[in-house]
Amino acid sequence: MTGTGADPAFLAVRGITKRFGGLIAVNDATLDVAEGSITGLIGPNGAGKTTLFAVVAGFETPTSGLVMLEGEDITGRRPHHLARMGLARTFQIVQPFAGLSVRENIAVGAFLRESRRAAALAVAEEVAARVGLTDQLDKPAAALTVAGRKRLEVARALATRPKLLLLDEVLAGLNPSEVRDIVPVVRAIRDSGVTVLMIEHVMQAVMNLCERVHVLAQGRIICSGTPAEVVAAPQVIEAYLGHGAAARLQGGAHA
Amino acid sequence: MTGRDLLPIAAFALIAACVPLFVTSNVVLNFLVFTLIIALAAQGWNLLGGYGGQYSFGHAAFFGTGAYLTAILQVRFGMNAYPAFAAGIALAALVGLAIGFMAFRSGLRGSYFALVTLAFAEVFRVLANASEVTGGAAGILIRLRADPLNFQFAERGTFLWVAAALVTLALVATLALERSRLGAQLVAVRENEAAAQALGVDVLAVKLRAIVLSAGMTGAAGGLYAQYFLYLDAQIAYGTWISVEALLAPIVGGAGTVFGPVLGAVILHGLAEATKTIAGRIPGIDLVVFGIVLILVVRFPPRDIPGLLKRWRR
Repeated sequence: MTGTGADPAFLAVRGITKRFGGLIAVNDATLDVAEGSITGLIGPNGAGKTTLFAVVAGFETPTSGLVMLEGEDITGRRPHHLARMGLARTFQIVQPFAGLSVRENIAVGAFLRESRRAAALAVAEEVAARVGLTDQLDKPAAALTVAGRKRLEVARALATRPKLLLLDEVLAGLNPSEVRDIVPVVRAIRDSGVTVLMIEHVMQAVMNLCERVHVLAQGRIICSGTPAEVVAAPQVIEAYLGHGAAARLQGGAHA
Repeated sequence: MTGRDLLPIAAFALIAACVPLFVTSNVVLNFLVFTLIIALAAQGWNLLGGYGGQYSFGHAAFFGTGAYLTAILQVRFGMNAYPAFAAGIALAALVGLAIGFMAFRSGLRGSYFALVTLAFAEVFRVLANASEVTGGAAGILIRLRADPLNFQFAERGTFLWVAAALVTLALVATLALERSRLGAQLVAVRENEAAAQALGVDVLAVKLRAIVLSAGMTGAAGGLYAQYFLYLDAQIAYGTWISVEALLAPIVGGAGTVFGPVLGAVILHGLAEATKTIAGRIPGIDLVVFGIVLILVVRFPPRDIPGLLKRWRR
């Protein structure tokens, strides 16, 4: 486990289980996110990554387990409360306020900390510059491209001035050049002092960005480590490619 | 809010203020006062329905509460009209809070919320029809004492000024809401509740604030109605007609805009009056017009009109 010395982890997920009726979406998941890090959460489709995010961000109440932010138990708190505490999330399926302009969309996030409209709009402009949306500020959100909407998701979340940002597949559906454009944006966010936990399928970005990666498969954390360690781990290869794949791959390498 | 934002509202106030100087026909003044009362009720609906996306079918509950309390406090308790009017607004807002708390806390949205509000308004209508204090089916009559101290005016033109002043106030309040944090959060809730929550918006609190403001404003329209017509019964105060008027005007004129409700009320009642003049006094002809306008507005949303015109020109 990461943890900085005796200090508790910045975000600590402890034994989270989430059942939907007979389905166990997340099964006894435990992970840590170190302050100031970019931590990845990867896993095959349907592994329970988004459900785990929803639990951490307060959109779902876990069946059992604990979520701690800076040593404080935040399990089951409402999303707006968590946002006030400095925990922001984006959505895998982008959720723009379609009837509003990009500027107004971001301002809704900024209003969390600013009570005056002028101040909120100023924050919106500043955040838009950070994610590269300055040229689109006055466009209706509905007119943005997929890449633009992903940036908008990040911008709105950033406007709430979070300590911890949960990014749910912000790179999914983007072409390689768009991915190359957003990777430095994510790194700059971390460098500005925001801890990032990201669900991501684009391995190029995960290898590039994350210091540490947790792998979720069938609701369980099956591996944690650096990106290089994780992609070499037999249980991870098997989770993605099927039982026996690791042995066959290794056998192939030896032959 | 800057001076330039207030300009259209100032223009509205100026035009409304000038009308009594040029118009002396009681029929016309009557029509205008009634339209302004509807516009005020509709502006109340607009705060919750237009900006917040919570479509109430039962704003009669607030209109009637404002109207009845204004009347009852004067008739039964001898209170002066102004504090009675203020109390009517306050009670309407409180009723809004109660209905909102029950409906929103249970997560009722869309048609479910609409049905619950409709049901509340109907319950109030039945209760008012049966209760002693409201005068039951016979209704309640406010004694005619035309004196500005009684919130009654000998001239219809004076009342038009009062109604226009209240509508102006409502327009300013709506503009202020639009530019405020609450306004931005309310629109965010309308557009996407989950996303709003993720951005730290307390959805329940925002909806409750909106319904309180909305109910208070529509309650003020009810109190104004009572002071103008000086008679109420359950069908007038809590009837579905006012629920329908309150939502139709903003939808026709532009829901979620500052001037939508006023514009819609003028269009609807202007058309209804025009039809009555042309077609004679056929009962319900105004409702037929409302129905046709509603169908047209839903089929051809006004924001699409510039696009439609462009297509036709080609």
